[in-house]
Amino acid sequence: MSDKIQIKDLDVIFGRRVKEAKKLVDQGLSKEEVLGKTGCTVAVNNANINIQEGEIFVVMGLSGSGKSTLLRCLNRLIEPTRGTVTLEDIDITKADSAKLRKLRREDMSMVFQHFGLLPHRTVASNVAFGLEINGYPEKERLEKAYKVIDTVGLKGYEEMMTGELSGGMQQRVGLARALANDPEIMLMDEAFSALDPLIRTNMQDELLTLQEKVKKTILFITHDLDEALKLGDRIAIMKDGMIVQTGSPEDILTKPADDYVRSFVENVDRGKIVTAGTVMFNNPERLRLKTAGPATAIRKMRAVGVTSLPVVDENNNFIGFVKDEDMVKLQNEGEKSIEGKVYKELNTVNENVAIADLLPLFLDSALNLAVVDDDNKLKGVVVHSSVIAEMLGKEQEEVKQIREDGLDNVNNEEGGNDNG
Amino acid sequence: MDKIEIGNSVEQAINYISTEASGFLDAITNGIDFLVIGFQDILLAVNPFVLIGLLAILTYFLMARHHGLFTKAGFKAGFGMAIFIVLGFLLLYGMQFWTEAMQTLALVISSALIALVIGIPLGIWASRNDTLESIVRPILDFMQTMPAFVYLIPAILFFSVGNVPGVVATVVFSLPPAVRLTNLGIRGVAPDVVEASKSFGATPRQLLFKVQIPLAMPTILAGVNQVIMLALSMVVIASMVGAAGLGQAVYKGILKADVGLGFEAGLGIVILAIFLDRVTQALAPKK
Repeated sequence: MSDKIQIKDLDVIFGRRVKEAKKLVDQGLSKEEVLGKTGCTVAVNNANINIQEGEIFVVMGLSGSGKSTLLRCLNRLIEPTRGTVTLEDIDITKADSAKLRKLRREDMSMVFQHFGLLPHRTVASNVAFGLEINGYPEKERLEKAYKVIDTVGLKGYEEMMTGELSGGMQQRVGLARALANDPEIMLMDEAFSALDPLIRTNMQDELLTLQEKVKKTILFITHDLDEALKLGDRIAIMKDGMIVQTGSPEDILTKPADDYVRSFVENVDRGKIVTAGTVMFNNPERLRLKTAGPATAIRKMRAVGVTSLPVVDENNNFIGFVKDEDMVKLQNEGEKSIEGKVYKELNTVNENVAIADLLPLFLDSALNLAVVDDDNKLKGVVVHSSVIAEMLGKEQEEVKQIREDGLDNVNNEEGGNDNG
Repeated sequence: MDKIEIGNSVEQAINYISTEASGFLDAITNGIDFLVIGFQDILLAVNPFVLIGLLAILTYFLMARHHGLFTKAGFKAGFGMAIFIVLGFLLLYGMQFWTEAMQTLALVISSALIALVIGIPLGIWASRNDTLESIVRPILDFMQTMPAFVYLIPAILFFSVGNVPGVVATVVFSLPPAVRLTNLGIRGVAPDVVEASKSFGATPRQLLFKVQIPLAMPTILAGVNQVIMLALSMVVIASMVGAAGLGQAVYKGILKADVGLGFEAGLGIVILAIFLDRVTQALAPKK
């Protein structure tokens, strides 16, 4: 996939003394300092984003973080102070008004938080608005409008006035209007933020389904991290006009760039986003069923400090786990093979499975969980404690501490130590 | 301290203009005269009873159309007013004020038309230009607070006596709401709708005609209504400089201390006022 849109060194500064403000920004002064010294608001500060074709790129930030301003620089509803926005090889920031109009009419369309529908027109006429502006004859534009209205699930409402519709339906009209001129890029400004929670979830699902079909390049703005994590192929987090982190939803959750991001992701339902692949131990120590004996097993376990190890065949296909106590027993009995004490027919998971879905599997067994690829080749091992740590959003060390405290309090707790 | 002579300089300026720009003023005189006489002739050419019927039908149509013309709701909305129009205008006819009433109506229509033709475009322009708005606003305040009679004096100097100075003074007096409410209406269009239209590549002209004016229409029409009502009140005052119509009868009533005449003419004006008010209010699109 290639970069569709490149935002480079973009600044937006509002106020009268922009020149001075620019200098102060270059000296690295904060938003408040610049405001105090010049009275200028730095809405966007040195933003760099590459948006790939066909992805949903989410910009998340609280109100006043400059995310909506950034979005409006793409179709120049707000003029950037410095920097460039390029769409493929077109420099949008340098486009004259005719070229800009063409861009707005044909290449990118926008969906608004408060819908921005024309209350004096019918649904169909609203949806056809972009086409009307672009000079399509009435018959053709209404034909297209009817088709798109069907796509967003509003069939039968074409001739109603928009004021007669509920919020969710109005935003469907907004979505249909944006889709009607079949743009490559859609700019969605808090598109679902004004909707009821249930309807919002609904619309998010439908946007994802729709995206499967239409494959637009979407820049989505939101203040809701859950929404960002759900919709975004990639996410940028903005604070005070600056982009603090860009990455996949998992990156944001598992490797927050700073305390600000960390404080954001703390309360997220991580279980649905973090996957087994993230929490597993890659390429773990393993035993070959045919070749390994109890002595090897015990030595390997001691070497890495674990109490169980995965067992594979000669082709690295996962077979099962062995435990240290069984191995000690076997060695004492003088057994040369580990075959008799391998726990087999265990559940395995793919590395894309969300960790929330791993929990039920842990219920069945005290053993670790093997992560395998589609051909049953062993890729990693997930241990209970890392899943718990990840779900809580805490570091492993912290979890250990919490657990030890817990054990001190409950003295009769069984001391089974089955973590890695 | 000497008296500050503002009055003197104004007088000089007006004298200067009336001599230097006489050609221009003549053209305006002819234009207005043509307009007023034209409307007057049309209104008086039709048989009064036919005209009353037509006005009643017009009123009914405008008031009932949102509810369906021949439905119960439409009937409820429009029928009472239509009956009032018939009875009121028959009363005017019966009081032998028909000609005066039509003259007044012609003056109101002409003045309001001119005021709207100047005022609405000016209002649109002001809505798109903050500098112009800040210039126009105090002028409009001035025009509205200046006592109406004062306009009659320069109007006489420029246009002598008769209908024309009456219309000119009326236009000046009734113009402000057209500008003000058009400006207000367009500026009041929800910013997200304007932004959305721009984001789809609307040109300023498309934005104006497809979005701003349609959405500002209720406010603009409220302005139209006010212009017409102000015009009616001023046309009566303009009778002092010789404008024709019911105002003349009122004026005569005052001069002769004839209470009966004054009341009859006043009643006639009220009937016209109610008619004009309801009809222009009914112009507004359905909410």
